[in-house]
Amino acid sequence: MNWLTHNLDVIAGHTLNHLLLALPPIIVSFLLAIPLGWVANRVRWLRAPLLTGAGLFYAIPSLPLFVVLPVIIGTGIRDPLNIVIALTLYGLALMVPVASDALRQVDARAVDAADALGYPPLRRFLGVDLPLAGPALLAGLRVVAVSTVSLVTVGAVLGIPSLGMLFTDGFQRGIIASVLTGIVATVALALLIDALLVLGGRALLPWTRRAPRAARTRRTAPDLVSEVAA
Amino acid sequence: MRFLLDALAWIADPARWPGPDGIATRLAEHLGYSVLGVALACLIGVPAGWLVGHTRRGRGLAVGLSGAARALPTLGVVTLLGIMLGIGLVGPMVAFVVLALPSVLAGAYAGVEAVDPQAVDGARASGMTEVQVLTRVEIPLGLPLLIGGIRSAFLQVIATATLAAYVGAGGLGRYLFLGLKTQDYPQMLAASLLVVALALVCDLAFAALQRVSAPAGVRPQ
Amino acid sequence: MSTISRRHLAALVALAGAGTLAGCAGSNPLEESPAPATTTSAGAPAAAGTLVVGSQQYYSNEIIAELYAQALEKAGFTVERQFQIGQREVYLPELEAAKVDVLPEYAGNLLQYYDKTTDVTDGTAVLSALAAALPEGLRVLDAAEASDQDSYTVTQAFADEHGLTTIGDLAKAPQPVKLAANAEFATRPYGPEGAKATYGVDIELVPVEDSGGPLTARALADGTVQVADLYTADPTIAKEGFVILEDPEGLILPQNVIPLVSAKVDDTAAAAIDAVNAKLTVAELQALNARSIDEQARSEVIAREWLAAQGLA
Repeated sequence: MNWLTHNLDVIAGHTLNHLLLALPPIIVSFLLAIPLGWVANRVRWLRAPLLTGAGLFYAIPSLPLFVVLPVIIGTGIRDPLNIVIALTLYGLALMVPVASDALRQVDARAVDAADALGYPPLRRFLGVDLPLAGPALLAGLRVVAVSTVSLVTVGAVLGIPSLGMLFTDGFQRGIIASVLTGIVATVALALLIDALLVLGGRALLPWTRRAPRAARTRRTAPDLVSEVAA
Repeated sequence: MRFLLDALAWIADPARWPGPDGIATRLAEHLGYSVLGVALACLIGVPAGWLVGHTRRGRGLAVGLSGAARALPTLGVVTLLGIMLGIGLVGPMVAFVVLALPSVLAGAYAGVEAVDPQAVDGARASGMTEVQVLTRVEIPLGLPLLIGGIRSAFLQVIATATLAAYVGAGGLGRYLFLGLKTQDYPQMLAASLLVVALALVCDLAFAALQRVSAPAGVRPQ
Repeated sequence: MSTISRRHLAALVALAGAGTLAGCAGSNPLEESPAPATTTSAGAPAAAGTLVVGSQQYYSNEIIAELYAQALEKAGFTVERQFQIGQREVYLPELEAAKVDVLPEYAGNLLQYYDKTTDVTDGTAVLSALAAALPEGLRVLDAAEASDQDSYTVTQAFADEHGLTTIGDLAKAPQPVKLAANAEFATRPYGPEGAKATYGVDIELVPVEDSGGPLTARALADGTVQVADLYTADPTIAKEGFVILEDPEGLILPQNVIPLVSAKVDDTAAAAIDAVNAKLTVAELQALNARSIDEQARSEVIAREWLAAQGLA
């Protein structure tokens, strides 16, 4: 493992770059998906384009998107912003349908109760709809986080520094340790962020902690559908 | 916009379609890789998922493995296997199977789990064996969700199958890498459009299949 | 390379800002993004006295770039490294825009990039044609003796079996012959079309995107392909006993290592780079590459030790 010990600083640098490329798309796509999912539920004619379009967007291969995007938005081909925007769009593609489902399956009785108590609309949305949709939103966010961290690596083919550089460089020089380190570090980073999200979810959504472990009870269809869609 | 028109012109050029380097061949290769990758993933994932769904055991393990598989960077898997196995399709194919497995697995167990417990209890009460419960009740009723899982796996693999060309295999990725290496945007965009079009057609086919696969009694109107 | 660039941070902040705004307005994030994009790409100009040294996405090129970078630092310049930038079509626009100031190039390919119709094939003519073809604001310094050019390389066994010494002899082998190379080989003048026109050889390209790396070499060794485009400074050729086919018609341009620099490179900087280049022979370049592959050593270590050994550090 000579290569590994001599390149710890390179790996650390790539990991940091990787994180800086991955975090903005995860956060931004999550924040944008909630209003978009809400709109998809409320505005009938926007529903199909938003949800079907999102699904199909995911079929666009990442590499050409990274390359073509700068032509469309006028950035340099190596500008990290390309990757950030492209990954935000992928994040939205996954997250908007999940957000739409999550908000739709909120128990209507709870919403009615809040209305009856005189909650103003925004406060009801933030105080009732959003927390009740929380667990499903979190599940979607976890999938977005993991796949975003994994997708960042593709940018290395264009020369944008991330852990993916360990693949391209190791590939040329035939250094298996380099490629393997890149894979392990990417997976570790993804699972670390995932674990942090789970912990954050427990802190923010404390009532989900004690929920019976779906033991013999039947989970709702929307739950399962969003799991499959992911 | 100009690039988009150039790309469409690139695709529309009839001279580019025939021959061993033609679009028709590359499309067929691309579709073939995707079908094979997802089929292999189904071979592993579907029985495993049914088992998890039926017994309600090992769900944590399945979810955990799926998460880890999703985190695996495909480019890394393709290059690693490339270095170890040489050029050709084996490396990318393993990567595609890994990519498809989480969705297939989730579709299989979610489909079985989502079946109305009353239907399952009814089947047991009428004297069906566990195998019969699984094959006659749970699997047919869970089929739409399973096909939904296969559908999203297939979309992902189609989008990713371009990476096969990175290690000397074919598919639409050939145009993509050539376009990338020579900054030929129309070609690169054309390759992407072909991938998206292929995905769209396959997705529509799956949507139809999903509708037809629901047993008559539970088919949504 | 191992530090986070300011552009990353700027992009992060800019996008977070744009995203929040767009989020509040419930509008499309794409509409918001071009503005921060322009500020970030223009927002980090290198300070005076700072030179940006770039490299191709090719380990050998990175080593040469590192040699230049360390020599420049020795000469008192502050150097920012931007290594592993895709291909020529990606980095040359950046050099023309003076976002990168120094990059090791290869004479023939650089000439063919700027003059697609050129028919010069000998070393001196290439260099003078190159000087004329470069766009304003760019110039090349003196070429090194070392060259790292594309080649039609075969195994010893295949050469013996068909009695091959030149590229033209490939016509004696069963046609078409399979050749492994990067995808862009298909469009290069010395690619399949050139081989057909100049030597009457039918080539079937098998694209492998590792720039003549281990996969390409392995495909050649195990007979998946009969010919491989290995770069002549690749130590694998000697190690595996591969045979580089001769090119009597000058199909492949000479590819001497030549520093391509922007107007920001003054005489002092040029002298520092020239001193390195003067010592760079084919054998030295092969030895540098071998350290990268065999010992898996890092470019800055390889460069530092080489410069010390050459009395340049």
